[in-house]
Amino acid sequence: MAIYIVKRFFMMIATILIIATLTFFLMHSIPGSPFDDERTSNPTIQANLEKYYKLDQPTHIQYLNYLKAIVTFDFGPSIKKPNESVNTQLARGFPISLELGLVTILVAVLSGITLGTFAALRHNGIVDYGAMAFAVIGISVPNFVLATLLIQQLAVNLQWLPPATWSSPKHMILPTLALATGPTAIIARLTRSSMLEVLTQDYMKMARAKGLSPFRIVFRHALRNALMPVVTIMGTMLAGILTGTFVIERIFAIPGMGKYFVESINNRDYPVIMGSTVFYSAFLVFMLFLVDIVYGFLDPRIKLHRKEGDA
Amino acid sequence: MVSHQPPQAQDEWFKPIAKDTEKAETVVRPSLSYWKDAWRRLRQNKLAMSGLFFLVLLTLFAIFAPILSPHDITTTQYAKQNLPPSSEHWFGTDEKGWDVFTRTWYGARVSLFVGVAAALIDFFIGIIYGGVSGYKGGRTDSVMMRIIEVLYGLPHLLVVILLMVIMGSSLTTIIVALTITGWVGMARIVRGQVLQIKNYEFVTASKSFGARTPRIIRRNLLPNTMGPIIVQMTLTVPSAIFAEAFLSFLGLGISAPFASWGVMANDALPVILSGHWWRLFFPAFFISMTMFAFNVLGDGMQDALDPKLRR
Repeated sequence: MAIYIVKRFFMMIATILIIATLTFFLMHSIPGSPFDDERTSNPTIQANLEKYYKLDQPTHIQYLNYLKAIVTFDFGPSIKKPNESVNTQLARGFPISLELGLVTILVAVLSGITLGTFAALRHNGIVDYGAMAFAVIGISVPNFVLATLLIQQLAVNLQWLPPATWSSPKHMILPTLALATGPTAIIARLTRSSMLEVLTQDYMKMARAKGLSPFRIVFRHALRNALMPVVTIMGTMLAGILTGTFVIERIFAIPGMGKYFVESINNRDYPVIMGSTVFYSAFLVFMLFLVDIVYGFLDPRIKLHRKEGDA
Repeated sequence: MVSHQPPQAQDEWFKPIAKDTEKAETVVRPSLSYWKDAWRRLRQNKLAMSGLFFLVLLTLFAIFAPILSPHDITTTQYAKQNLPPSSEHWFGTDEKGWDVFTRTWYGARVSLFVGVAAALIDFFIGIIYGGVSGYKGGRTDSVMMRIIEVLYGLPHLLVVILLMVIMGSSLTTIIVALTITGWVGMARIVRGQVLQIKNYEFVTASKSFGARTPRIIRRNLLPNTMGPIIVQMTLTVPSAIFAEAFLSFLGLGISAPFASWGVMANDALPVILSGHWWRLFFPAFFISMTMFAFNVLGDGMQDALDPKLRR
């Protein structure tokens, strides 16, 4: 297990390094400087600006500076908002995005597993069909479409909930709903199918033969084993939710990380783009790492599978 | 008590019936190839078939509707701004006076093209990379798999966004950006399949007859890996369509007049609160329906092509 963790850890570092390098050289492959607009056409001003952002140094020095910036976690000033550093923006936006992400994943995991379990227990019943209809729709409708529909119906037409911002628990309902529906659907489907498989196993018959209560059978014996595939997809799901926050934050005018990121894309604010890409990627890769470790602990067979080498 | 006396066994009961050596070997029913069998199973799946039907219809409309449409969507027509759906403009018009019905089918062209192109390119890169990795095995395989594992950890949409920012937004860049990250999943699946199949007896038989590597790959391995590959392709298409819509929604889409559904939905966002529901509804409806159709078709194909893996 320890060797596995160390191996996974180095792989994580490699991935982050690749992302960082890729980001750096991609950004530098863009011709011209970020200050090529008419306001700063004066060559002296441009030179000074380039000096301020350390863009006058040779590329390899810039690359080393950049790696240092990542390690020390200091991404320098933003270009479009010169009196604000990338760190400030990250520190302001990320907690909000994290909150949205965590609430979403909590809602998705709880409701997805519940839905999937009940669907499996009532296989081919009304609950099953209802849950699966919801799941297919949830997977098919993009979250930005759902978000706009929710705003239009629940916030504007019925006036039940506030349409935008992130200031009270009431404000959190619509964005969470819009963001969590997709993941809920995926988890529900996965739970259902693996639950159906587990329910046919011999140890389920055994548990029933022992006279255990249905509650105990489902939660202790079936669900525990059925949740393995759900744990596997948690990593990619987190990535989906995180990128999903970009549009959701934009639609609901939530001042999170995604809003800054989209803004920086539209403004071509390279330090912010670079900073947030690396930060987000590192966060995600770290999450994937954690999920893998947790999975290794939950299911000791994983190492065996890795050795056999089948995907 | 009534005792049942068994009837006396008679010798003629055990006489062999006349053998018909001529007809014994004839095949009575038509033989079913793998593909015919899969098609038979797919046809029984009503949901998957309706998905297929929808997609065929969508493709036909995408090809012919823009040609047949009498409406001009290149010059701005202020007289016809934001008209609700009517007999002349079935889906209404947008703020430039353009017919939403006509634009929807141009959008269908873009979305379908992006989806299918991404899936095809993933397919080619994936079978070459995965095929070589799985077939060669040993050191080559482990090096190639390490590369894949690192790439798999990359947050795909972030990389795509980064690439789009750098390359500028056009149809080609969307497809390139999507495939740079997308082929990894396909390669993993192909490799897993090849790894499994290359040890089967019929491959050994082929080898013992003197078949060379290209022939084995072409005649033995590829046809037998096709099932999971096609399923993966059917599921790649909707995720590419979703990614395109998502990027367009973030403002990284292709430009007017040949807008994709994502661009149309994005343009409709500011006016949705002023009651112009048709602007958002139609692109959103078709994005969702297309994703739905591809998803149910993919699920159906999975059941049909790979009965062992039935979920």
